[in-house]
Formats: sequence, C-alpha cells, structure tokens
Amino acid sequence: MKIAVSSMSKDLNSMLDVRFGRCNYFVIYDTEEGLVKTIENKGQMSGGGAGIAAAQQIIDEDVDVVITGNMGLNAFNLFKNSDIKVYRCGSIKVETAVQLFKEGKLEELTQAGPAHAGMGMGTGRRFRGGR
Amino acid sequence: MQGWAWEQAGDSEGEGRLNIAILSGKGGTGKTTISTNLSVITGANYIDCDVEEPNGFIFLKPSQIKREEVKVDYPVVDSSRCTLCGECAKVCQFNALVKTKKDIMLFEKLCHGCHACGIVCKQSALTFGKRIIGTIEEGQYGNLICKRGILNVGEPMAVPVIRRLLKNLPTGTNLIDCAPGTSCNVVSSLQYADGAILVTEPSSFGLHDLKMAVQLVRSFNLPFGVVINKHNIEDDRIQTYCEKENIEILGVIPYRREAAEVYSSGKMIVELPEYKEIFEEIAERLREVFPWNLQ
Repeated sequence: MKIAVSSMSKDLNSMLDVRFGRCNYFVIYDTEEGLVKTIENKGQMSGGGAGIAAAQQIIDEDVDVVITGNMGLNAFNLFKNSDIKVYRCGSIKVETAVQLFKEGKLEELTQAGPAHAGMGMGTGRRFRGGR
Repeated sequence: MQGWAWEQAGDSEGEGRLNIAILSGKGGTGKTTISTNLSVITGANYIDCDVEEPNGFIFLKPSQIKREEVKVDYPVVDSSRCTLCGECAKVCQFNALVKTKKDIMLFEKLCHGCHACGIVCKQSALTFGKRIIGTIEEGQYGNLICKRGILNVGEPMAVPVIRRLLKNLPTGTNLIDCAPGTSCNVVSSLQYADGAILVTEPSSFGLHDLKMAVQLVRSFNLPFGVVINKHNIEDDRIQTYCEKENIEILGVIPYRREAAEVYSSGKMIVELPEYKEIFEEIAERLREVFPWNLQ
C-alpha cells in the first residue's frame, strides 16, 4: 500500500504540512517495500487549481491513501473518483502520521474543507484569491 | 456638448473610435462617478467593463436594453473513444483536466477554452461544448449608447466577457469604466484603449495604487492624465507625486457632503452646478490633451 503525506520537506522526519494543494512535497511511503519516495508538489506554484494539480500527481503515483490536514472540494472529488482514501492529521512528523494511520488512529476525511484555505502565508488562514 | 473633437483624433483600430479607459488602481476612488458624469457632459458612450460588479447603469438608467449571452468553450470527452492516455490533462496549463483511474474529469471553471486538449488528442475523443458565463447589455441614455458586461455569480473568469464587450464597441468616443486594481481584467480592457484617465484620491492607498496604475498605462504607452476625486485642500500628496512624475492633472473634484448625498440617491453629481462646471473643465482638458498625445 502506498501512503502519500503532504510535507514541509523531503523525508520521514519532516513535519506534515496541513495544506494539501500548496504543500512543498509529498512523501510517499510504500508499506510493502518499506520504500520512501519524495515528489515535489507542482500545485504549489500553480496560478489556480493547485489542489487539482497536486491530486493529479498523487493519482499518477498510484497512491492508495493520502494523509493531510485540509483538502478543498476539487481534490476531494478527484480522490473519491479514483478510490483513494483521505485521512486527516495535524501538524506532526510524517513518520508519526504514517504510524498513527497504521494503528487506525486517523480519522477519514468524508467532507471537503473550504477552498483556498492554504493560500497566503501560514496555515489554515482564509484568503480571497485565485486569479 | 457638441463639436467633440476626439472623433477626428483617430485611433489605433482606425475605425472611427476613440476609447478612453478610466482606471484607478485603488477601488472606491470614483471610476464610475467620473465615467458616468463625464459621459453625460461630453456625449461619449459609456462602457462598463467592471463586469464583476457593474454599477454605472444605476446612475445612467439606460432604456431599451438589449441582451446577448456570453459563452465560452469547454471540452467534452467521448468516453467510447478515450483511451485514458492523459495527454489532454498533461497539456492543460490551467489544471482544468485530470486523468483519474476511471475517466477524464473536467473542472469547467478553470478551463480557458484554449482548445489545446483537442489538438493533442490522438483519438479525436474531444469535442467542444459551450456554456454561458455572462451577459452583455446595451441601452440608451438620451443619445448615448450604454453598454455593460455582467459576469454570472460564481464564475471566476471575467476576461471573456470583457473581450466580447470591447470587440463590438460603438463608433465615436467611448469611455471605458474599468475594474479596480491592475489585474487581468484591467489589462484586457486597456488593450482596446487609446488613452486613459486615472482616478485617485488623496490617501496612502490612493497614491500607492495610483503608482501601480501609472506603471500599467505607461507599459501600454498610452497618453493619460489624473483626476483627483474626494479632494481635500489640506492634502497635496497626489499633486506632489504628479508634479515629480510630470503627469497632467485633468481635474480636481472636491469632497463634499452634498455630492455624496446626490450620489447615494443614485443621481448624477453634475446635477449640482458647481460639479457640472468642474466636469466641463475636465472635458475641456481632455479635448486638449488627447488629440496631440495620440499622434
């Protein structure tokens, strides 16, 4: 099973980024092989549709589970349509987040959060934008 | 009111039109106030390009309104032909198409209608449909033609509505009431302009955004002048800046309660004799400035 975690930097020791579309990296952990792969989030630099661009990358990587903080409606619907499950987690170490998921302690995201929540500096601040 | 010389000034399109854009940088400085009142004083047509919130018609109340819908293209996937190769999603610069494991998903509000996806599709699985994103309205105020674009609520892209509005402008002089800021919406309005009036107010934000607007019109190499609205006699920061930059001040409109009262009841401020005089002076200045600047 492949687990993708939105992350601030490149390895399992990084902190999880609660923004999905605008995070810096995705750390992808393969539970069967025990391998870690990191991809740069193309959505981060996208003018619009950041969550969509990020989701396309995740889908292309054949991931089964995504762990992040918040996710907008577009990305959420894409994962729903691709049978990829999304779990919510706070800002902790990526490794710990994976561990919590394995122990079944993370909550599945069943509803999308507000759009553009990850825009601007900082996390979770609402921001009018998208041009 | 008659003998308006701009018609002879010629324009870049060479079709008997002179388009003067009214922009500001900062919102709420009085673009619509200047545009509508100046239209009435000069007999120029009024074109409201602030399609996200057009409000000029509140003051001009044009009659005999004609409406036309604005449509944009979007791709439609024929799933019987699609092989899920994902080329369309890859080529899309706006993240409007995504290849999931089962299908190609379209996010129509992100689509710019560029047709790149249709060009790269080897299976000819893409055709294009049309959807309505707004309306163009045209009416009459006396002899003036009044036009405006209206972007439907929830639509993120205003430019197609602005383009459609500006592609069919009446002949003669048109005053183009732009959106605030210096965004795509203003840039696409300026592409059709032969000159510009920058409306500002004596405040920190007014000056800051005026500087951005000046940069923008200079990059278009347009002749322009400044109108200072809501003028307060004790504050000359705009004049100081304009002097330093060698920018012509076309007029100064005083900040008065009676003007605000007339405005807030939906009337034209040229109904006040003092303001009518000021607008006539601005009109006179424009006649002097634009012809020689245009050549």
